[in-house]
Amino acid sequence: MRADLEIISNWVKPGSHLLDLGCGDGTLLRHLMDTRQVTGYGLEINADNITACIEKGVNVIEQNLDTAGLSNFPDQSFDLVVMTQALQAVRRPDLLLDEMLRVGREAIVTFPNFGHWRLRTWLMIKGRMPESRTLPYKWYNTPNIHLCTFKDFEELCVQKNVYIRQRMVVDDAHRDRWFIQIWPNMLGQVAIYHVSR
Amino acid sequence: MHAEEGSVGIVVPRKATFDTPLTLECGKTLPGFELMYETYGELNADASNAVLICHALSGNHHAAGKHHPDDKKPGWWDSCIGPGKPIDTRTFYVVCLNNIGGCAGSTGPNTINPATGEPWGPDFPVITVKDWVKSQAMLADRLGIKTWAAIVGGSLGGMQALQWAVDLPERVRHAVVIASTPKLTAQNIAFNEVARKAITSDPDFHGGWYYRHNTIPRRGLMLARMVGHITYLSDASMGEKFGRELRNQSFKYGVLDTEFEVESYLNYQGERFSKQFDANTYLLMTRALDYFDPSREYGGDLVTALERAQAEFFVASFTTDWRFSPERSRELVDALMKARKHVCYAEIDAPYGHDAFLIPTPRYLDVFHAYMGRIAREVA
Repeated sequence: MRADLEIISNWVKPGSHLLDLGCGDGTLLRHLMDTRQVTGYGLEINADNITACIEKGVNVIEQNLDTAGLSNFPDQSFDLVVMTQALQAVRRPDLLLDEMLRVGREAIVTFPNFGHWRLRTWLMIKGRMPESRTLPYKWYNTPNIHLCTFKDFEELCVQKNVYIRQRMVVDDAHRDRWFIQIWPNMLGQVAIYHVSR
Repeated sequence: MHAEEGSVGIVVPRKATFDTPLTLECGKTLPGFELMYETYGELNADASNAVLICHALSGNHHAAGKHHPDDKKPGWWDSCIGPGKPIDTRTFYVVCLNNIGGCAGSTGPNTINPATGEPWGPDFPVITVKDWVKSQAMLADRLGIKTWAAIVGGSLGGMQALQWAVDLPERVRHAVVIASTPKLTAQNIAFNEVARKAITSDPDFHGGWYYRHNTIPRRGLMLARMVGHITYLSDASMGEKFGRELRNQSFKYGVLDTEFEVESYLNYQGERFSKQFDANTYLLMTRALDYFDPSREYGGDLVTALERAQAEFFVASFTTDWRFSPERSRELVDALMKARKHVCYAEIDAPYGHDAFLIPTPRYLDVFHAYMGRIAREVA
């Protein structure tokens, strides 16, 4: 079990009806079905992931967020909409955040922090686009087209009147280290936000 | 006898006779009826491993295996039914029947009407998907099957799986709906109407009484099949298969000659079909398609209709299918999600148009296998 998924589980109310955007191989949904008795669906576009979800008994729907969005889901039809490590990879993260809070009463998003000191140092010293364990791509082939820092995301939330219910900042192994809390935007690698309107 | 690998081997069709009257949706009653069916695999002790295969417009009960070792072709869905295939006959007891109104041995326009002693012909009542579900349930009772582990169908077959889930919710654990739609569009109905007009305007049709005249409306049926066939393929698959290939090296500059390969193919398909399919059945099948709309009884609201269902659903569509396009499947999936039903949906990238549901492309087989495998684990 990935550590970030464990953290998310703790925030999920038992019996919630849930939508998981970019649900991967269904690990999170399966875990939440087993431990939190959730119902709901995962959206995914990767064929192998879809097959893996089906094998796990996870309800998976082949749907592309970038082309189809979430327009097929009615307002407030889910208790919770989750998106792990994908916000930075969609075409318009700001609009998607709006959509997540339209179809869901609450949302949980996780994304890598581009403000981490190692990335800042890489750019400053090498003068080249940073790469790391969480961001192992070249600038031209990265799926992460809208990277941001925690500060950026929180400013977006202020602009959009999105209320941050809970926040957890961890390292790239999703460990909650005491020193990260001193300066999260510099020391944290992955953020997990629990938001609502 | 040596069965081919992955094949159910030699199969023998059977006939079930029902003496109880069947009241149809149109208000008419069939005094009794017969159903041709085949089964593959073994029914387990608690009859929990039964899978019903529903056929599409021109299908029949012969879904897998061969009747004789030297048959040229196996059953119509042999690519997906057999040992090691998605519908694995080592696990499942598979039942496939020819629907009433059909022309492969079940009671239909070309069988004898007991009231007149001659073929039913155009007197055969109009049949709907709901009627098929009813008659299939009677066959299930006869075979000792209370609940189907799954009901599986492509195209018109998928509509039957859907109707089952709505009409007899407690008897379906999984509904597998492939390349199908919750209802036909105006364009779909329009194509059906062209097919019907082609048949009924053939002078050999004789108002449907062509049996009396010892003839068949061959040209009409051929045209109907040709126009239908075009809707089963995609622009890309026709392009790949025929392109603009000529039958001869150069143009003959004649309008009556068969110039292009695609013409020759369509003529051949139409010709072959017209010799083996009954025109009245074709009319009935296209009407059953037109009328299909499980939401109709529920104020036109598909979500309300599907709320009744207890089954889990697997829906699959194919990107190049323009007869029942992915949009139609998504419409169904959205309604299922609104009704908070268990559903998985795969949109499979395949170049073969509507026919893709019969063609064993790797991703299709993978995802189909995965879903059926999940059902198999529940059964075991």
